[in-house]
This record gives sequence, C-alpha cells and structure tokens, in this order.
Amino acid sequence: MALQQTIETAAIGSAFAAFFARWGRRIGLLRESPTAMAGVGIIVFWCLVALFAPLITIYPPNANDFAALADPTPSAAHILGTDHLGRDIWSRLAYGARTVLTVAPIAVAGAVAGGILLGLAAGFYRGWIDILITRMCDIVLSFPVIILYMIVLATFGSSAINIIMVVTAVKAPYIARIVRGSCLELREREYVAAARMRGENGFFIMLAEILPNARGPIIVETCLRLGYTIITIGVLGFLGIGLPPPDPDWGGMVKDTYGMMSVWPHMSLISCAAISSLVVGFNILAVGLREIGLRD
Amino acid sequence: MTDQALLQFQDTRISYFIRAGEANVIPGLNFTLGHNEALGLVGESGCGKSTVALAIMSYLGRAGRVTGGRILFEGRDLAAMSEDELRRIRGKRIAMVYQDPMSSLNPVMTVGRQLMEVPLLHDAIGEDEARRRALHMLDEVKLPDPDAMMERYPHQLSGGQQQRIVIAMALIAGPALLVMDEPTTGLDVTVEAAVLDLVRELRQRHRSAILFISHNLGTVAHVCDRIGVMYGGELVEQGPIRQVFADPRHPYTRGLLDCLPTLGRDKRSSRLTPIPGQVGSPLSRPVGCGFANRCAHAESPRCTAQAIPSVALKAAPEHRAMCVRAEELPPFRRTVTAADAPTLEGKIESAVGVDRLKMFYRRSHGIFGGAGDVVRAVNDVELVAAKGRTLAIVGESGCGKSSLAKVLAGLETATDGDVTLGGRSVGHTAIENRPADLKRKLQMVFQNPDSTLNPSHTVGYAIGRALARLKGVTGTAARQQVERLLEIVKLPAAFANHHPHQLSGGQKQRVAIARALAGDADVIVADEPVSALDVSVQASIINLLNELQTERGATLIFISHDLAVVRYLADQVAVMYLGRIVEAGPVDAVFRPPFHPYTEALLSAVPQPDPDASHARIVLEGSPPAPTEEIVGCPFASRCPRKVGPICDASPPPEQMQASGHRIACHIPVADLARLNAVGVPAV
Amino acid sequence: MERYLLKNLAYLIGTMAAVSFIVFALTEATPGDVARKILGAYATDEQVSHLRKEMRLDRPLVERYVEYVGKLATGDLGYSNRFKVPVQDIVWDRLANTALLAAVAFVIIVPLSMLLGMLAGMREGSKLDRSILLIGTILASVPEFAMGVFLASIFVVWLGWLPGTATLVAGGSWSLASQMVLPVTVIVLFDMGYVICMIRASMVETMQRPFVRTAVLKGMAFRQVILGHALRNAMMNPVTVILLQITYLVTGVVVVETLFAYPGYGRMMLEAALFKDIALLEIGVLIAVVVAVGTQILGDLGYRMLDPRIRL
Repeated sequence: MALQQTIETAAIGSAFAAFFARWGRRIGLLRESPTAMAGVGIIVFWCLVALFAPLITIYPPNANDFAALADPTPSAAHILGTDHLGRDIWSRLAYGARTVLTVAPIAVAGAVAGGILLGLAAGFYRGWIDILITRMCDIVLSFPVIILYMIVLATFGSSAINIIMVVTAVKAPYIARIVRGSCLELREREYVAAARMRGENGFFIMLAEILPNARGPIIVETCLRLGYTIITIGVLGFLGIGLPPPDPDWGGMVKDTYGMMSVWPHMSLISCAAISSLVVGFNILAVGLREIGLRD
Repeated sequence: MTDQALLQFQDTRISYFIRAGEANVIPGLNFTLGHNEALGLVGESGCGKSTVALAIMSYLGRAGRVTGGRILFEGRDLAAMSEDELRRIRGKRIAMVYQDPMSSLNPVMTVGRQLMEVPLLHDAIGEDEARRRALHMLDEVKLPDPDAMMERYPHQLSGGQQQRIVIAMALIAGPALLVMDEPTTGLDVTVEAAVLDLVRELRQRHRSAILFISHNLGTVAHVCDRIGVMYGGELVEQGPIRQVFADPRHPYTRGLLDCLPTLGRDKRSSRLTPIPGQVGSPLSRPVGCGFANRCAHAESPRCTAQAIPSVALKAAPEHRAMCVRAEELPPFRRTVTAADAPTLEGKIESAVGVDRLKMFYRRSHGIFGGAGDVVRAVNDVELVAAKGRTLAIVGESGCGKSSLAKVLAGLETATDGDVTLGGRSVGHTAIENRPADLKRKLQMVFQNPDSTLNPSHTVGYAIGRALARLKGVTGTAARQQVERLLEIVKLPAAFANHHPHQLSGGQKQRVAIARALAGDADVIVADEPVSALDVSVQASIINLLNELQTERGATLIFISHDLAVVRYLADQVAVMYLGRIVEAGPVDAVFRPPFHPYTEALLSAVPQPDPDASHARIVLEGSPPAPTEEIVGCPFASRCPRKVGPICDASPPPEQMQASGHRIACHIPVADLARLNAVGVPAV
Repeated sequence: MERYLLKNLAYLIGTMAAVSFIVFALTEATPGDVARKILGAYATDEQVSHLRKEMRLDRPLVERYVEYVGKLATGDLGYSNRFKVPVQDIVWDRLANTALLAAVAFVIIVPLSMLLGMLAGMREGSKLDRSILLIGTILASVPEFAMGVFLASIFVVWLGWLPGTATLVAGGSWSLASQMVLPVTVIVLFDMGYVICMIRASMVETMQRPFVRTAVLKGMAFRQVILGHALRNAMMNPVTVILLQITYLVTGVVVVETLFAYPGYGRMMLEAALFKDIALLEIGVLIAVVVAVGTQILGDLGYRMLDPRIRL
C-alpha cells in the first residue's frame, strides 16, 4: 500500500511538473501579445516597489512631517507630496503595495484552491453534490456581496486575516463555476474512461487527469479575480472596514483624504491612480492570456 | 466540353497564413466543371478538398488567401470579385450544402423563415411568393407535412431532415452550381442512402451542376459522373467515374481502393493494404511528386527531380493523372495478399457471455427536471463472444451498441441480466470494484483518437501508468515494457516521450491499443476504433487488430456502424436495433440471405465504391422510435418495409435459430426470408 | 409554467429564510453585542446586562429568531436603533433613492454596452474590437471610488461644472438632475466595462458558429447577417448577465453613495452594519435577497424566451 501511495504521489507530482513545464513554454508566448506584456509590466513594477519598499523610500509610512503641511503638494522633499497628516504619500504607496500584494494573492490563492475543490467535486461526482454546490455558489454569486463584507467585517472586526477569509469565501464560487464547467466537459473524455479502466480512484482522476486540462480557464480566471480582489480590498478600505489604521492601505488613503479634494486633490488622486493601474495590469494580462489561448 | 465551362480552376494557388508561416494548401489546381455535370472530389483529411469548396464561395476566412491563378465562374474570376458582386452570386448562382446540418442552421429561427430568406434576398418577390416557393421546396425534398415543417425549429428535426432542409435552402434559388461538402458524413447509413437518392433525383430535375466533396468513394460513385482524387492539395487523378474506378492510373487512387474494406472482402480472403507513411506538411513541399515518398512505384530521379504535370491518357483524353508512370503501370488489380487470419474451426470456448442483459438509465432534465424518462439503451441482449475470435456488434447511432460496450467494460452497470467474463459474473460490478485479474483481463479501446489520450501526459505516462496500476510494474522494468508495447503496435520507442499533440490520429489509436494491452488483456472491447480515421490509416489499424488476435489469441469485441469493416474483420456478428439484437450469427451467414429485414435495409444502403453497383435500395421511412418508448412487439415494426401485419406490433418476434448458430428475430419464417434478397450481395 | 414559478418561489423563500437566519446569528451571537452598541463603550457591565434583559436578549438565539419572524409576519418591521425611527420610515425612502439611481444607470448601460459589445465582437481582432475591448477592460478595472475621484477632480474641482455631492436636498445652486450626473456616470462607466466584455465574448463565439457562415453564403450582407442571425443568438447568454446587473445596481452601489453622500440603500446598510442595527439590517438583507433571486429568475426567463430549445 505504501508503494502504491508513493506511485500515486509521484504520478500526481509528474502531472504537475508537466503542467508547469508547459506553462513555462506558454509564458514565452506572452511576448507575442503586447496587451499581455503591458499587463506584466505594470504588475512587475508594483511587485518591485513592494519588495524594495524600504530601499526606495526615505520616510517611514506613518511618520508625520508637520512642517510639510504648510504645502503638502509634491516637492523635492516629498516627491508625491504628503497627506493631511504630513505623511509621505510615496512611502505610503510603496508600503501599501506590500499590503495589497500580500492580502490579495493569499485571498485569491485560497479562493482558487477552494474553488478547484468545489468545482471538481461538483463536476465529477454530479448528482446531489453538484446540486448542493451549484446552488450555494449561485446564491453567493448573485448575493450583493458588499453587504456580506459589511456584516461580517463589522461583526468580527476588519483584520487582514478576516478580510482574507471572507474574500476567499466570496471569490471561490467564481473559480468553482469555471472549474465545474470544464470538469463536466472533460469527465466525458475517453482518457478519463481509460483511467477508470486501469482502476484509478476518483481523487486521482480529478487531480491528474482532469485538472491539468482545465488549467487554461483557471489561470485566466485567477488573473481576473486578482484584479477584482484588489478592487474589493480598496473598496473595503474606502468604506472604513478595511485594514485597520494607521498602516497604509490604498483604499483607506482615499477615504482619509477625499474630503479634502477641493483643496488638495493630489492626496486622493495618487492613490486612486495606483490602485487603478494595478488592477488594469491584472485585467489586461487576463485579456492577453485569452488571446494567446485562442491562437493555439 | 462546351465552349464555356461553368466553373474553372486555373493554376489556382491557395495558402493559409498562420503563425508558423505560409501553409500552401493548394499549390496549383486545374479542373473544369461543365454545366449540369456532377464532379466528385475525394481525398483524405487535410488534402484540401474543403478549401476548394470554400474558395469557390470566397469564404476562406482571414488567414486564407488565393495567392495565384484564377477561379472562373461563368467566365468571371471569383477571387477578384467585390463583396457586392459575390453577394449576388452566393445563394443565387452558387449554393452550398454543409457537413453538419444541425450547426449550419440557425437554432432560434424557424426553418420556414430560413428557407424564405433566400428568395426574398435574391428575387424581387413578396412574403407570399417566398412562402409558396419554400413550401414547394419542402415538398421537393420529400419532407412530410410542409406546412407544419415551416414552423419547426432545427432542433425539432432529425439529422436527415435537417440535411433535407439545408438542401432545400440551397436549391430554392435555382443555382447553377451546388457545392456539397461532405453532405452525408455523420449521418447513419440508412439516412445517408436516402439523402444520396434524393440528391440524384433532384439533380435530374434541377439541372444544377454539382461539386460533391467527400472522403467516401462509395458516396461519390453513387452521385457523380466524374471524379477527381485529391492528394496534398493536388488533383492527382481525374476522369469519368467508371473509367477511374475500373482502371485507376495514379498509385494513390489505387492505394485508396486497395485499403478499402468492402462488403465482398473478409480477413480470410485478403489482407488490406494500407498506404505506408503520412501526408507531408503543407508548410514544406517537395520539388517533385508529393506522393513519391509513400509510393511503391516511385523511381528516382524522374519522380522527385521536377514538378509532375497532369497528363491526359492517350487512350482516354478525358482521364488525366499526375504521374510520370501513369501510362506504364500494369492494369489495376486489387492486391490480394495471403491472409493469416485464424480459421473458424475448432472448439468454441466462451470468453464473454451476455445473458439477457438490460441497461436502462434515466435521462435527467437538469436541476429542475426531477425524474426523467427511462432510456432503454440495452434491452434483453443475449450474446456470446468466442475466445480468440472477433465478435462485431453493428448498428446505427442510438441503437445501444456503445452502452453495451460500456457495461462489458464496467464503465456502466447492468440494470438486469448479467455479463460473464471467463465464467465469472461482472455485469453488476463497476470497473472500480472488479478484482484485479478481471480488470487486467478485459480492456477497452475507444473511438476518438483526439480524446483517447490525455493531452497533458506523454505516451510513456499513458502506457506506464496502465502497467503500474494493472501489473504493478514500475521503474526500469516499466520503461522496458513500454518500449516493448510500442513495438507491438509498431511505433518507435522514442514515442514514449511524445505528447499526444505530436501524434497523428492513427498513431494515437496505436498508443491506445498498446495501453489496452499493458495488462496482457485477453478480451479487448473496441468501440468504433477506426471510424474517425482516414481509410488508409483505418486499414493499418484493422490489420494491427487482426495480427494481435492471431498472435496473442485475444478475443475482440468490435463495435461499429460500418458494415464493410464488420464484414471484413468479424467472425461473429450481432445486428442491434433499438437496444435489441435482431440478427446474430457467423459473419458469412449474417451477410447472406436469409436476412432480417433491418439487416437487409442496412446492407442495401451501404454506398459501394462501384458506379455499376445498381442493386435496389431499401429506403427506410421515418426515424427509429425514441429509446424511451416501451415497445411490446418488434422494435423494427414501425419502419419495417416487410411488416406482415398487426402481429409485428402486438407480440415480440420469435427468435428463429438455424443450425449454423444464425438467429433472426422476426415474425416472417426463415424460409420466406431466404427468398427475399433485394441486396444482391456478392457471394463470397 | 406554474410548476416552474412555484419551484422558484420556494427557492426564493428558502433563500430568504436561510440568509436572514445567518445574518441574525452573525450579528447577535458575537461578543460586541447589541446592548453594548446602544449604550456605548462607557456603560458599565451592569447597565449592559440590564438592558439585555430589558430587550430580552438573554434568550436562546433560535427563540429570538422565531419571535422576530413572527413579528415580521404581522407587518411589524421593527425599530432602527441607529436612526431612532421605525424601520419602515427609513428603508423605503432610501430604497427609492437608490432605485432611481439604478434605473437611470441601467437604462444607459444596457443599450450602450449592447451596441459596443456587438460592434467589437462581430469582427474579432479588428482595430475596433481591440479598442473597445481595451477601453472596456480598463473601465472595469478602475474601482468606483477611484473613478469618482478622477471625475470629481475634473468636473467639480477643476471645471466646476458639477456638484461634488448628491444629497438630493433641493435648493442651493445645484439642481437635483445635476447632482445625479456624477454618481450615474461613475456607476455606468464601471459596470459597462464588464458588460461590454461579456457581450463581446458571446458575440465572438456566435460569429464562429457555422450558421453564420450559412447566412453569409446565402448572399446576405454583413449587416443583415448580424441583425438577422447573429444578434439573437449572441444575446442569449448575456441576457442573464445583464439582468444580474440589477442586483449590483440596487444593492452594490454603496461606494458611490458614500463618495457623493447620496442618501441611498447602500449607505444605510453600511451604517446599520457598523452599528449592529439588527432590525434595519435584516430588512435590508431580505430586500437584497428578493432583488437578487428575482433578477436571477428574470434572467432565466429571458434566456428561455430567446431560446426556443427550452420550454417551460
């Protein structure tokens, strides 16, 4: 039995190795889509900013420079200016990038994992499991999720971990729907019957035979969800139920300053531009990925 | 030939521009189609025959372009016409009939509306006149109750009816040229026969020229006056149909005829001769003859050094071939190689027994549907597959033959009755629950080469995984066995590292066979294993299956809709209709009178690659009852041309058994059936 | 048909029951409870527990939920602790305000995104297609608050053409109509980007189907092919998506309402959630469920109307 398990693990492992190898080749294809490359460029830029935040900023993100409040607009001392509390906007952007680029990918990774499991189970086993999962997903998908966010975060408090959990729960159905669709189609393929003929169990068939062939739509959807999750996190910050202050959060930065827009529009404009650009990056990457998938 | 031909290809060169570069699909095509003439274009997949059709319609898509020569229609170059000019010709002067009628019709528009659109578009007439013409056309294509038909949506019609609608739509404006691209591919053989008869009949009346494109030599022989054989984008041979069939001059045409199983051939009389090698890529063409690398008659350098012209034969100037050796080849005689099939004598031992098997399932109507109707896929089937022999199960789509295969394989389980494998009951045991030795014993080969292998895994993985699961062989030993199995199916060992997308259809099917053999299976259930393959590839797979049987003594259960293939390969045959076996027995007995009326109709419908085959066709009316209907009497009664009376509907037909083990389920006594032979099947 | 409606009605009621119970449980079964919220952080524990008893909050959750539902059945929607008025005095006003915003936005979004989606999808890969797809994607990528900030900084701060808030209070220098312009524009731009992309994708897929080729080869002009054959098929899938936008428009526009101080349903819900105003929250959530499930059914019906292959 132990041997059997080793074989199983090795087989699943090799399936995933093949999966990544093929995607490695596909990343080469990205270069053919200018749209995708533009998306990658934007994303890489913000990743670098987040990674090297301490090296490329002068001020700590929460340090108040009250002297600058006399004229908080961009200057030599503060290249993007300061906010209403005299905090350096560039520092806050860079450190804010760290937050959003940690919270969003973790939440989406959770959603993808959960969505894949739910989607595979629904599409593969069908019957009442499918009906149950599909119905649950439908409810979450059609429900005004912003209200759900408000209730849950107002009740349990808005910490990073709570945000990740609730975002994961809300985004998983999107992935599940895609995976289920692919799975329903792929389970009828003859190679699945062939796997049954040699005595593979359902778990193996789902992971090694079906999942690798559903990767295209999953990757595109993941990319889209990353974009929308960044919007969600921004919106939560903007509504005041995002990450707790004073740590920088792009949505929160807009919330704090948009009241002063008639006087100092740069305070909110800059963080709005930052969040928009990052989301645009993910979404046009998704468009580019679809284009490439189409041509194969 | 008339002074002005209807359609003329003059050195037409067509390419698709794809990422890998220019794929020159048609390097330079020349042919002429006269008024009222019917020309058949035949060739295997990828030979460019569909491109010819689309080029005539000037509908090559964004990637395709005519890059040289001209396509003259009534003297004007189609390739140089503006969109406006083309619009006046499309549908009015040239009309097209497509392969897949269901998807060619707009699903949300009534068929009446879709018919009326054409005359409304091209002729200055009103709704009433358009409607009158549509009704007239529906009558012409022999659709029942034209008034009601007008209001139907495509999904409410059967495949044959849909194709009649498409034909009506094409003929309604009285076109000078009708382009038919594989119009009967995908239809059942009895439906195909009826559609072909209709085309023949309409041709007499409508005086349209026809360009008939098909991969099936039989259908072309039935409809056309002239034939053109395409290979690698070139018309390698063309001429009057009788002459080309009687004395083919191009080695490729000969190869095609040679590898074709017909109702007169079986595995004991001759071996099929597949064409070796594969079609070259249109991305790089050889200087000389495109077929030289697969040709037994090729001679270097005269076949390979320069471009080969198409020359008229001295004896028959209408007959042209694109071969330097056309005049010097010996007269064509079908290759007869000594066959090495096992003889039928000896003690018959049962490998698989099917005992009053029933497999019913519920068709669900989606989440809200609740309990659906019961589909009686397999209904009381009794069969024995003899050890080391081939049992073929033949029938049209929906007859339950695939469901039967699935129960045998354990992919589905029986509702009632049983299946025995080597004497042990497995009918109610899904494959997952079968003991290891029974899993090994029976394996399956599937129909679709594109889905039989997982595109994410290598060939080595597909076979190796089967070895690991079925025999527990892993590591180096497994690698060696993978190589050995690849050798058995005549593939190089290096293929173990290939992904399925690097393989041709035939190669994928070979890998699938190797996979089925991994556990040393002695029963192989093959569900339409060759129906998606080109004839030349089909022949080699059939030969391979035959060899495996001879060498390993394997039992083969072969599911097929193709009577010629069944005739060739089978030892025992069972004919299925609506979940039941209507006739079964040794292959020689089943393919000779007495016939069950259904078998007789099937056989008469098979298009023969012989323009002189002029036996009567039995055209079946209507379509089979729904598999959800509960039928008391004979399942075939509703369509049977030899129905004797109410008894056929009222009571189940008796199973009439003969000495040879040949049984027919029919109310007509066997002695009477023996006298009925509309088929005139050539005696063996 | 009756069977279909009955089934969906059951589904609606089931969902309402489930969701309202979950909300009830979430709000009431947590540490920062209602009595504490009402009394504030400086009340003593004794005061809090006294109020709890007075409000009969010390009984089991299920019991209180049943009692609550019973009250609802008699038409008593309860009392809003946050706004200090009966729920019915506030909820319908706010909902009407949001419905106005939603209706105006919906009327603009549907024809515009249909037109642009069709134009883009009918010739996949053309310049027009690429431009519309790119613009649509970018519009869908800019969060509503960012879009609001961008537009406000141009039209309010810089040009001074429009008011920065939409409190719907008449008088002052800005008409009600001018107050609506920015909120509606932000919603339309954000939502339209998504809808355009959906319609385009469906159109692209439809144009590849063989019956479109049949229509072209009948000799129809491209325009006729699009309008006569492609359009209805291409709208089959998006009709569900379009109707689902109603849910977003009615219940999801809290950001825009917050940004422009618009007295709508979304902001009411945000405040209710933050204050744990259970009565208001419950009614709000039930409204959301009705809207969500209602549009889902509507979308389903729309699909069935367009597709003759499905019968009720």
